[in-house]
Amino acid sequence: MRWLWIDTIVKYEPGKRLVAVKNVSLAEEHLHDHFACDAQGPAQPLVPASLLLEGLAQTSGILVGSVQEFREKVILAKVTRFTLDADVGPGHCVRFDATIERLDVAGASTQGTIERLSHADGEWRAIGSGSLMFSHIDRNFAGREFPKENFVFGENFRTILSGSGLQRFLDDAGQRGRPVASR
Amino acid sequence: MAMSRDEIFKSVQVVLAETLMVDEEEVLPESSLVKDLGAESIDFLDIVFRLEKKFGFKIQQGELFTENVMSDPKLVQDGRFTADGIEVLSQKMPHLNFTAFSADPRVDRLSELFTVRALMDFVERKLAAGGVPATN
Repeated sequence: MRWLWIDTIVKYEPGKRLVAVKNVSLAEEHLHDHFACDAQGPAQPLVPASLLLEGLAQTSGILVGSVQEFREKVILAKVTRFTLDADVGPGHCVRFDATIERLDVAGASTQGTIERLSHADGEWRAIGSGSLMFSHIDRNFAGREFPKENFVFGENFRTILSGSGLQRFLDDAGQRGRPVASR
Repeated sequence: MAMSRDEIFKSVQVVLAETLMVDEEEVLPESSLVKDLGAESIDFLDIVFRLEKKFGFKIQQGELFTENVMSDPKLVQDGRFTADGIEVLSQKMPHLNFTAFSADPRVDRLSELFTVRALMDFVERKLAAGGVPATN
């Protein structure tokens, strides 16, 4: 989880639901390329749909990881379903709302929605939804082995937790949520 | 009232069509989940979750699909299941038919045993053992 697509967590119901938001800024360089002006017309800065899916996946993945206090390596394994009905651009605020549908030692399935706040009318509007599958990769069915350090929940992720008031995950002797390699 | 074999098949068919994004007509009793329907490892977990929801019973890890057998040298040698390995698998997974597999028990052939019929047998056993089918 290195390139974060959420800014902060605004609601957390342990083991059930996590809501995160992202504010979209024209200062984000990728928006200048997606889409740049060309002979066909002026620039159209829009957040790529794949990155909105990534934001929902990060929101859902943090929720899944929190159940085992971030000891498991939680990897997005399958996008069962994803729909997006509207564009997101500079000035919009995006809200990712994820719930756990089912979780066991091998992984989890989640449901999520994406909403968009337009400052023009101050209204939140549902613009997308998705069903995702996450694997606890050390317990995957294929039996493959992965590095011991938890490369999923790294330092950037710790910043999100501490900035969202979820300090308690980091407060267990300063260890919980910290990558194993840095202990 | 107990579900009939045909009702179980129809329900399994729906679950697999939704999980693997195939047409229900493609899901036949003899279909292999991997070879014929394109299932990958994460789909096995998805199938477990959906069967639980559909039929209202819990499935323990390793109960429907294999785990922790490949790395045991008593059970697998030179890429093939030993007699002990097949015995262990048979006991843990009575819903699989090892009769033909035993003649050439290569590890890479194991996935061939996971057919739609094997899932139906699994569901039938679970329901007979006290699992309660969901109403939808």
